[in-house]
Amino acid sequence: MLRASLKTHPEPNTGDAPATIVAEATPSGHAGISVVRLSGASALAIAQGVVGRISKPRHAYFRSFKTSRGTVFDQGVVLYFRSPNSFTGEDVVEFQGHGGPIVVSTLIQTCVEMGARMARPGEFSERAFLNDKMDLVQLEGVADLIASASEQAAKSALGSLTGIFSKAVNALVTSVIELRIYIEASIDFPEEEIDFLAEPFVLERTTLIEAQLRQILKQAEQGRRLQVGFSIALVGSPNAGKSSVLNRFSGQDSAIVTAIPGTTRDVIREQLLLDGYPIQIADTAGIREATDAIEQEGIARSRQTALMADLSLWIIDVTALDLTPLNLSRSMLEQQLVSAEAVLFKDQATRKRLVVLNKLDLLPESTQRALVDLLAADSDTFTVSAKTGLGWDHLLSGIKRMVGVGDDSESLFSARTRHIVALSEAAHYLAQAKKSLMAGLPGELMAEDLKQVQVALGEITGQVTSDDLLGKIFSSFCIGK
Amino acid sequence: MFDVIVVGGGHAGSEAALAAARMGADTLLVTQNIETLGQMSCNPAIGGIGKSHLVREIDALGGVMAEAADAAGIHFRVLNARKGPAVRATRAQTDRQLYKQFIRARLENQPGLRIFQQSVDDLIVEGDRVVGVVTQMQQRFMARSVILTVGTFLGGIIHVGLNQQSGGRAGDSASNRLADRLRELPFAVGRLKTGTPPRVDARSVDFSTLTPQPGDQPTPKMSFWSPDGRHPEQVPCHITHTTEKTHDIIRAGLDRSPLYSGVIDGIGPRYCPSIEDKIVRFADKTSHQIFIEPEGLSTHELYPNGISTSLPYDVQIDLLRSIPGFESAHITRPGYAIEYDYFEPKELKSSLETKHLNGLFFAGQINGTTGYEEAGAQGILAGINAVLQARGDPAWSPARSEAYIGVLVDDLITLGTLEPYRMFTSRAEYRLILRQDNADQRLCATARKFGLLSDEQFQAFEQKQEAIDSLKGELKSALVFAGNAAVDAVLREPMHKEYRLSELIKRPEVNLPDLLQAAGRSLPELDVIEQVEIEFKYQGYIDRQTQEISRLKAQQGLVIPLDLDYSLISGLSNEVRQKLAQVKPENIGQAGRISGVTPAAVSLLLVHLKRKGGLVKRAATI
Repeated sequence: MLRASLKTHPEPNTGDAPATIVAEATPSGHAGISVVRLSGASALAIAQGVVGRISKPRHAYFRSFKTSRGTVFDQGVVLYFRSPNSFTGEDVVEFQGHGGPIVVSTLIQTCVEMGARMARPGEFSERAFLNDKMDLVQLEGVADLIASASEQAAKSALGSLTGIFSKAVNALVTSVIELRIYIEASIDFPEEEIDFLAEPFVLERTTLIEAQLRQILKQAEQGRRLQVGFSIALVGSPNAGKSSVLNRFSGQDSAIVTAIPGTTRDVIREQLLLDGYPIQIADTAGIREATDAIEQEGIARSRQTALMADLSLWIIDVTALDLTPLNLSRSMLEQQLVSAEAVLFKDQATRKRLVVLNKLDLLPESTQRALVDLLAADSDTFTVSAKTGLGWDHLLSGIKRMVGVGDDSESLFSARTRHIVALSEAAHYLAQAKKSLMAGLPGELMAEDLKQVQVALGEITGQVTSDDLLGKIFSSFCIGK
Repeated sequence: MFDVIVVGGGHAGSEAALAAARMGADTLLVTQNIETLGQMSCNPAIGGIGKSHLVREIDALGGVMAEAADAAGIHFRVLNARKGPAVRATRAQTDRQLYKQFIRARLENQPGLRIFQQSVDDLIVEGDRVVGVVTQMQQRFMARSVILTVGTFLGGIIHVGLNQQSGGRAGDSASNRLADRLRELPFAVGRLKTGTPPRVDARSVDFSTLTPQPGDQPTPKMSFWSPDGRHPEQVPCHITHTTEKTHDIIRAGLDRSPLYSGVIDGIGPRYCPSIEDKIVRFADKTSHQIFIEPEGLSTHELYPNGISTSLPYDVQIDLLRSIPGFESAHITRPGYAIEYDYFEPKELKSSLETKHLNGLFFAGQINGTTGYEEAGAQGILAGINAVLQARGDPAWSPARSEAYIGVLVDDLITLGTLEPYRMFTSRAEYRLILRQDNADQRLCATARKFGLLSDEQFQAFEQKQEAIDSLKGELKSALVFAGNAAVDAVLREPMHKEYRLSELIKRPEVNLPDLLQAAGRSLPELDVIEQVEIEFKYQGYIDRQTQEISRLKAQQGLVIPLDLDYSLISGLSNEVRQKLAQVKPENIGQAGRISGVTPAAVSLLLVHLKRKGGLVKRAATI
């Protein structure tokens, strides 16, 4: 007997038009006003779901923004541009709300829940171009934008996966694949004595994955609220001036700064805003070959903090380097840095790092000039004096570039919103899969929902093809007559 | 001068020749041996999971395979009966002789089709076009298009133990001249491997210890068109298992296995491993299942499915005799492995025409697939397109959302294959829509347009569609009211208000025949009820997939010229550029399915095409 009837994810019917897309249109992280743009055939319908009725195009409406559950999360101005008179040539709605990553992210997520998809970097321009909204001069620019933005997005998506989160998501993907192997094998190889659909462990595993997913989603959302944005770890050998660097960032004496090596035994954290973008900075214990057990523990934590951070600033006491004119060359400098790095990280690769040569003010002026010249073209090595502020602005712009603040391309924050959107989508389909399993519906329906779970997670970790899955089935079970 | 020449008379060749002739093309089928037309070289069965889906699609396109299976089937089973209608599949054990006879009769009686027995040694090429074939006796036949369906015959080498000999199948010679000739043409060639088990005389087997497996009752039909009573006598299959002793014997013989001594370098299918492969790779499994399939009603030969092997003959006897029921088994034909040439399917268009030579089509194992059903599916598609090509009409290939045939071809030409490619339902992303029950709905209109279906067939199809539409309308309009005890019994709870039948049928616990009966409605044919019930119950899922499909169609409609110079597209990585240049995707949808081609790369491709003014929107072939 055939038994099934389930509601599916709400998605407006848009025929064969391309999906409606949503993204922040202003550079991420700026305080004040931020603009979120929605483009595509369902843009108006989705926008009306968020702000209520919009009766006329090109009129500004002041409205409350509501989540799909009806909670008001912001107030702002909404503008509707009817196709073809819009930036992309499609129906476009622009929300001008209060800046701030959480509001923007909630708005994007709400639009996604109502049927939009997060835009890829450069996708608005791409559509504008394809709909003849850009002239020939702008053409090359679009191609370049897509190429560079997607590269940047790939980097920041990767970079936004901190160690623990990435491990948890990968473990989740592995669990989903394992479950799907059983389900798909039961379907495609019913005569191989591997009919698992009826086994109790299928429900057990589904429930486990559900818990796993809920936990990750909670963490990801908490993470977004508590430590939105970017984490930076200050690492270096004792007395390299890490704490002075932290103080320069925060403008207050949050860490004890002394001339005795090894003062900061624990990790000290500071929250601050960089161009309105929230950043968490962690000062760590100086790393050296320690004999003291307490200090060893502190050093282990330092390494751990550095490995987990989105960016580590590797602070080096420039006076400890051999900068005699003979050695003042790139290759000699690099050699010295490489050997210092070996001590610091014990060959563990950090995610992203910038080298900060601190205490520049203590060098003779001629050496200062020579060193600054030498590093002028270098994008990841900076010379500063945390004490006097020398070179500080240059370092800040370097950090902003890494964070993606003020950049046209996808920021880390929107990469994280992307993850939460993907995880919520996965949770939705997993709940359906479980429901149809518990209702005893035909196994092919659970299989379909699990496939959608996998597709959603694939947005974070890369897609698993049907051939990948078959390969795993063949290596797990002895199949074949 | 023929319109179409088909080289090979196996499952691909038969469907190709029949389809071409049905479309009215002047067709010649050239085969090495008329006696082996429609031969089942491997196990005597048609259908199975994913495969019966293909068979039904071939059937909806007017092909012969399903009807032959009905006429020759001596044991039918419906697989996955409880896992849902989309993955439900039918399998028929067939009598080899009856199957062959049916195919041959159909071929011999097909108007417009001529058959000629002779080996083909060469192709006649003029410029970038194939215009005919040359046979072993230097006969030249000219044609507008040529289809090669040469199976495992190209450079075929048969292995039994460390002995090897040239051959296209046990008892038939390989096509080495043609293989050499094709290797001179610019096709990328690879080697694949497949195998068969030893065949056994049933009189030497003790069935009393084996588990019988009867066929399903009532006997299911494979074809939409088969009349009742077409099935011959039905017989049971049996199941037995290998033992620890079997595994010891195999391990002891591995030093003389061509697979494990490095003699074979062709790649075998992972899902159809030889018994020695199973024992090496799954060493902790102490027993493997063997299905004993009868080869036919008029023979004692058995096909022990599950122990395909290329071990030496003496090891084959020993291992067989260690299996319960087979203690004094007599081998009638030893098992063997066969290695053969196949051509990189990425060099094909979706019509199965080669990109290198116009007018030349490849279908079946030559493209790296395995299985009669996969071969037949490609055969019928190549047959259709060879005629379209000969007439100068645009090519046709079903989309991935339209047919398993579309999935098969798109996978082959987009991803290529490194092992013999077999169909599985998990390969179809629109699995809930591509069902065996609705293959006719998906393909009969197209088949009719091409002239592949007879008037009677198309009338039968239209009648069924009318019945489906009328039942759907009835369900949407008919009301049942509170207090209807018969309906309450079906619902297992009382109704408190009136309902439309279409609302009630969506409830998981309700089935349509019961509901119709309770509501005092007449019952149409079962296949009509089945389809209507699936459509209502799966509506949410089907709607979701339908939406995905409409997006896919939009992408399929964005055509990429075959001669596009990918080196001119700025921003693409070298890897992506190479992949695109190798596959030469036909449209944006296909480009996005090439492994490693990112959405950003697809965007760049779109932007480039638009700039060149080469972005042509064409109605998707649906």
